[in-house]
Parts: sequence; C-alpha cells; structure tokens
Amino acid sequence: MVPVLKVDELSAAYRKNKVLDRVSFQIQPGTLTGIVGPNGAGKSTLLKVLLDLHPRLAGEVNFFGSTYQRMKSRVGYVPQRGSVDWDFPTHALDVVMMGLYGKIGWFRWPGRSHRDQAMEALAEMGMAEYAHRQISQLSGGQQQRVFLARALVMDADLYLLDEPLAGVDAATERAIMTTLNLLKKRGRTVMVVHHDLQTVEEYFDHVLFLNRSVIAHGPTNEVFTEANLHRTYGGALRLWGGRPG
Amino acid sequence: MIGLSANAVWVLFSTLILGTAAGIMGTFAYWKRQSLMSDALSHAALPGVVIGFLLTGEKHLPYMIGGAALSALIGAIFIHWIRSSSRIKEDAAMGIILSVFFGLGILLLSLVNRMAGAGQSGLDSFIFGQAAAMVAKDVWVMLGLALLLLGIAVFAFKEWKLYLFDPAFAQGLGLSNRWMNGIYLFSLVLVIVIGIQAVGVILMAALLIIPAVSARYWTHSFGWMVILSAMFGGGSGVVGTLLSVYGKGWPTGPFIVISAACLFLVSLTLGARKGLIVMAIQQHRQRRLLLKPRPRDQQAMERGRSA
Repeated sequence: MVPVLKVDELSAAYRKNKVLDRVSFQIQPGTLTGIVGPNGAGKSTLLKVLLDLHPRLAGEVNFFGSTYQRMKSRVGYVPQRGSVDWDFPTHALDVVMMGLYGKIGWFRWPGRSHRDQAMEALAEMGMAEYAHRQISQLSGGQQQRVFLARALVMDADLYLLDEPLAGVDAATERAIMTTLNLLKKRGRTVMVVHHDLQTVEEYFDHVLFLNRSVIAHGPTNEVFTEANLHRTYGGALRLWGGRPG
Repeated sequence: MIGLSANAVWVLFSTLILGTAAGIMGTFAYWKRQSLMSDALSHAALPGVVIGFLLTGEKHLPYMIGGAALSALIGAIFIHWIRSSSRIKEDAAMGIILSVFFGLGILLLSLVNRMAGAGQSGLDSFIFGQAAAMVAKDVWVMLGLALLLLGIAVFAFKEWKLYLFDPAFAQGLGLSNRWMNGIYLFSLVLVIVIGIQAVGVILMAALLIIPAVSARYWTHSFGWMVILSAMFGGGSGVVGTLLSVYGKGWPTGPFIVISAACLFLVSLTLGARKGLIVMAIQQHRQRRLLLKPRPRDQQAMERGRSA
C-alpha cells in the first residue's frame, strides 16, 4: 500500500535552533495518529514544514507518492486557533466557505450550492444555528468547530490538525473527536498534534512521539509505553498513578 | 457646478477616484496590520518624484509617478531587509526608512529649487498636495491607475479576504503568499503614487488609514467595510478639494485629511458597531437589568425564605 505520507530525514530550524532533526516516518491510509511531545519539540513546526509553510533544511516529503504542491487539494490543514485574528469582520458560514475556494476556482464568486455545502459542514459540527454569528462573538470551542467545518468541506484525504483540542470545552472536544472518527471510518487519514497524554489511548490508534526527532511511532497499544514517554519527555514528566507499563 | 471652472471639476473628479481607491487599499492595509507601512512608503516616494523631475527637466507626470513608485518600492524592500536580517523590529525599520527617504527627498528638492529652472515651480506641491495644479492629462493618468486598482480589488475580492484573514490556510489552497504579498505591495504603492500629487507625501497615509478605521465602526462584514471605506475616502476627497478650491490655492491635502477626520469622529461616536454612544446605551441597559430583580429570582428568594 502506498503510504499517505512519507517523510525521510526531514530537518528544519528557526534561525540557529534546529527544531527538527532527521525526522522520518510513514503514515498509512485510514489511521488516526496523535503527535505528542513536550513544548518546543517541533510538533507544530513539523506540520508547517510538511505544508511548505516553513522552509526545510533537508529531507524528502511525499504525499500520496507525490509532492505536496501537486497533492495540495487532497490535504486539509487546520491551523491553531490563535493563528488568525478573530476580530476580522465576517461570520462563521463565510469562514467555512473559505474551505471551498479551491474548488470554486480562483477569481470566481461562490454560489448557492457552495453555501449549502458549507452549511452542511457547520451542521455536522453542531454549529448550524451560529452560521451568521460574527466570528469574534463565538467562544473558543465554537471557533475551533468553525475551523474544523472549514476543513471538512475541503473533502480532503489527509487531514493535519494543529492542537484542535487545546483550550476547548468538553462538548467541543467530544464533537471534534466524533468527527475525526467519522472521517477515519470513511477511509480518510488524520494526524493530530495533541497535548493531553491522558486521552491519547482513548483517542488515537497510532501515536508519534516527537522531540526534535521521532522517538517512537506505531500502533498506540504497542508504543504508548512508560519507557517511550520517559524517552520523549525526559525527567520533566510526572507520571500519574496506575498506568500499565 | 456653480463657481467651479472646468478644471476644478476635473480635479474634484480625480480626488473622488483617489479617495475611493485609497479607501479600498486602506482596508486591506488595516487587516494586514500595516496601516503605518503606507505612511513609510508615501514618505519614501518623495526622492523618486524629484529624481523623476531631474531626469526630464520638467513636470512630466508619468516620469515623476514612475520615480515615486520606484523609490517607494526600494523603501519597502529596505524595510523588509532590515527587519529580516537584523534584530530591529518593523516599526523601527519603518521609522528609519521614512525619515531617511523623506530627508533625502527634501535635500534633492532644495537642490532643484536652487538650480532654478522655470519648470520646477509646483514641485513643492508634492509635499502637501495641490490638486488645483493638476490638468486634465494628469487626471486621466490617475483615473486609469485607479480603475486598474479597483479591478484588482473586485476581481480578486474573495482571494483578498482569504489572504488577509488566514494566509497560511490560503497557501494550503494554492494561493501563493509570495504573489499576494507582491500584488498587495504593488497596489499600495499604486495608490500612494496616484495620491501624492493631490494630497502630498506627508498626509497621503491619512487617506489610507482614516477611512478604513471609520468604516470599521459601521459594519461586521468585510465586503461592506471595503465599500464604506471607499465611500468615506471618496467623500473626504471631494469635500476637502471643494474647500481647497474655494480657498484659492490652499493646499488640498490638509483639507482632505480634516474632512476624513470629521467622518472618523462621527463614526467613533455614532457608529452602529462599537460606536461610543451605542456602547454606552448597551452598558446602561445591562446595568438596569442587573438592578431590577427578575421575577424568577424573586420566587427563588421567597422559596429560600420559607424553607
């Protein structure tokens, strides 16, 4: 099977600090992978480098056996919520429509069918009644759902999400995880930068431990071990009680 | 129009177009968080104007506009270069470029004035603006450039919105940030160079900044913000020019900017979205609601007492 994503010896830096050091891994289709690691481990940077949003120093990246530039339309990216200015004058439905811009085509105006599609995605995230609400007046969780709906309408094969569960309420967390599992059931591949170790086993079937380079990667029940946690987080991690090693 | 010469009508028309174009680009600059960039670039245009004049030896607008565009672009490149290759932040970089380029422009200007050809009269008008000095041919050049800009804004409206709201996502959809940055800078410089003859390099930025922030007080829609800002800009252009024309040779720029500032004051106080009066009324209502106990609370209180 051709991997959805194949990364070979990928390195990247911010000025003089090397944040990614020869990262290599492969993602198989239909998996739901959590990327975990301490702050500054390069998790967000990894996504940005994969998507050519941050320059890479060296290494190869293959999406569906080709380059990202060619496969762009099959990759959906959900940036961190804090990456945009939510004071921007627009409403939720309009933001979701942005996910369709690639399909609408450049320099064309969106039509009714696009509006319906966007509405459907909002409804799927339980946000139908907020469609015409100003985005500045949405709660953090609702903003995150709008971002996810925008990714949904893209109808991509691979989704990359940067901390979608950071700072959201329990209802949003459930809604997002339900959607991600639905995507997986439909045969899509999902990669999520995640920060809450307590929920890793419940949420993801694969885990990628990252700390500048890949510490461990594989099915959750095989690699989510105390040893790997220690190797990734070092002494900084305080273990909770009752975890099977 | 009563009391206006044919030339004055042309001039009015040109400042209307200019204000409209500046209002649109100003909104884009506002959401790119680069309102001050327009100030730096318009100041940076001055040396180019004078050099354009020196090359031809007469007031030949296309050359001067070309020179202005070139030196504004060089200023932009310097700002970018200072910011990305040193520890100096963008605001400081803009301050450096703004003052150095403007100083250079004034220096060249005084040299030209000393050389004293007959044709240099009116070159000073590029500092504070002198729309009355414009002739029909200048107006046509301005009109052409402004229409080009309007076309870019309308044609790619959805692309502008995406690029300004979420550039990283835009890039993921295949909208090249490099290209959009280029088009943005090109459009911004375009507005500046068509505006400096009428408004002057010092006050040009005000026409880019003030209409956009005024429009923000009236709407929650990006499209309407662009339209309103265009109207505010065009309106200020017309009113300011009228005042200047009736004042016989008063500079246009200050009057246009004062008109825009009046519109801003009205928006700040009366604006339907976050205007000061609307906010005060909302606060007042909330406070009254707090003071007046609701029936449900009363019931709860009574129940608490009987328990």
